[in-house]
Amino acid sequence: MTDKDWRNFGLAVVGLAIAACLPLSGNGYYLTIGVTIAMYVVLATSWALFSGPTHYISLATAAFYGLGTYVVALGIDDVPYIVLLVIALVVGAVSAALVGLATLRLSGVYFVIFTLGLAEMVRQVVTWVQSNWGGHQGNYVLTDITEEIIYWELLALAACVYLAGWLIGRSRLGFALKIIGNDEVVAAHSGINTARSKVLLFMVSGMVASLVGAILAPRWTYIEPSIAFSPMLSFQVVIMALLGGVKRLWGPLVGVIPFTLLWEAVSISFPNQTLLLMGVAFLLIVYTIPHGFVGLLETYSARFRERKG
Amino acid sequence: MARSILSVQNLTKKFGGLVAVNGMTFDVGEHEVLGLIGPNGSGKTTMMNLISGALKPTSGSISLQGTRISDLPAQEINRKGVARTFQLVRLLPSLNVIENVIAGAVFGHRKRWGVEAENYAREMLERVGLQVAGDAPVSTLTYIDQKRLELARVLASDPKILLLDEWLAGLNPTELETGISLIRDLRNDGRTIILVEHVMDAIRSLCDRCVVMNSGTKIAEGTPAEVLADREVIRAYLGDDDA
Ligand SMILES: Nc1ncnc2c1ncn2[C@@H]1O[C@H](COP(=O)(O)OP(=O)(O)OP(=O)(O)O)[C@@H](O)[C@H]1O
Ligand SMILES: [Mg+2]
Repeated sequence: MTDKDWRNFGLAVVGLAIAACLPLSGNGYYLTIGVTIAMYVVLATSWALFSGPTHYISLATAAFYGLGTYVVALGIDDVPYIVLLVIALVVGAVSAALVGLATLRLSGVYFVIFTLGLAEMVRQVVTWVQSNWGGHQGNYVLTDITEEIIYWELLALAACVYLAGWLIGRSRLGFALKIIGNDEVVAAHSGINTARSKVLLFMVSGMVASLVGAILAPRWTYIEPSIAFSPMLSFQVVIMALLGGVKRLWGPLVGVIPFTLLWEAVSISFPNQTLLLMGVAFLLIVYTIPHGFVGLLETYSARFRERKG
Repeated sequence: MARSILSVQNLTKKFGGLVAVNGMTFDVGEHEVLGLIGPNGSGKTTMMNLISGALKPTSGSISLQGTRISDLPAQEINRKGVARTFQLVRLLPSLNVIENVIAGAVFGHRKRWGVEAENYAREMLERVGLQVAGDAPVSTLTYIDQKRLELARVLASDPKILLLDEWLAGLNPTELETGISLIRDLRNDGRTIILVEHVMDAIRSLCDRCVVMNSGTKIAEGTPAEVLADREVIRAYLGDDDA
């Protein structure tokens, strides 16, 4: 590891340690926002692991997240929670592999549409199955898992995602993905199995999303398909990741924090216009800062260095 | 001709109704430089695409040292030792110069990683005569340097067969001389090369043999002097008014 790696590692540890103290404040409102932020940090960072280098915009987050939520909703009465988390991880990985194999040969826009449709389809299937065979719309998830525990679980998962992202960034797989994102034809002609590389990373982000869904399930107590498979979630993850910037591992983090806080305020003031405002936010970000805060920062620091040099 | 390393048998590629490559058969010998020539649109690039696996043939076969490769995807053909440049240079714009070369060294025919890959990439940069900083962005390169960089990436996998699709096109006269002597160096290293080229000087001075294509079909094969004197070849190049 280089000095810079050690410095970043140190910063990450300190940051996590500080974040882990939040529940000690005893303020329930802060904790609620903390859970939301931690959730989006994990989702947006793992989303960017795949979409950053490949430029494939996936709107499937809600599908994987919802599957994870439903693993818990269906199993919580009979199976230990920790086992459910493992099952959610496996379900996320397997379904991402299947989706990836079926779709990652598609190019750009077809992939976006497919992933969007996927979340909606899974939601419809779950709704249909439940109302035909389950005889009810939703499920109760009653546990003694508190919001503090959920928060710490998410922080632990965030640490794992950062570690995984750092390792992937230094690996052949990460390098292969970068080449694929630049030019898939060159990638294939350089000996890279493009389909396999893409599916592998898609599995990583799918399984993290599913695990996040499972971790958050106890927060809801009553789970319905419309909560578990909300398409808003997929869009929000994309917006936050793009706002922060996907070229750096820490990029999504600097998008998630301001956006979540802003969104809190917006949805309190304009509860009925959230969808519209979400669309506006998306357009604004894509037009004004296409490479996110990371891109802005790099442009300015490059200019600053030029002026000095 | 030396022992055959690549053998193309009765190869055909159709795009809908258009037959771009039509029943082509030829062999490439070990350490040979084979010129693949022909007028514009005669199917040379399509032929290269078929060999490299970018396209699948409609019928016929290609074998490398006796093993059929024409059913394999491009990445596996590359791993077996076939590497190519593209008629329109293809670089990896978000990677810097040295990373562009390393990209060719990691996954292909000979796999290298880490410091070893980086050192080898530097050797390749030197080999092609590219004298720029490794961390320079590729957008700063001149045209010939872009071509050099692409060649360095392709060489970095240490291929058995090198496919160069009009690598000399677009160079000015001085650059052309440099380019020709660079390919001659590769030839002296004992590389097997298939060279698609319009520059006649290059063909004369570099190729052991030539295969001439016209409308997807092979119309001549032989030494450069033989094929360039061939009446049908001359007619193909000058256009055939009676046809
Ligand atoms: N992907 C494709 N789809 C349809 N037609 C194609 C495709 N690629 C090539 N062709 C056609 O096949 C024929 C041969 O093209 P090719 O590019 O192989 O010629 P070429 O000999 O390389 O020409 P040039 O010297 O201009 O590079 C042309 O008529 C071209 O339009
Ligand atoms: Mg061509």
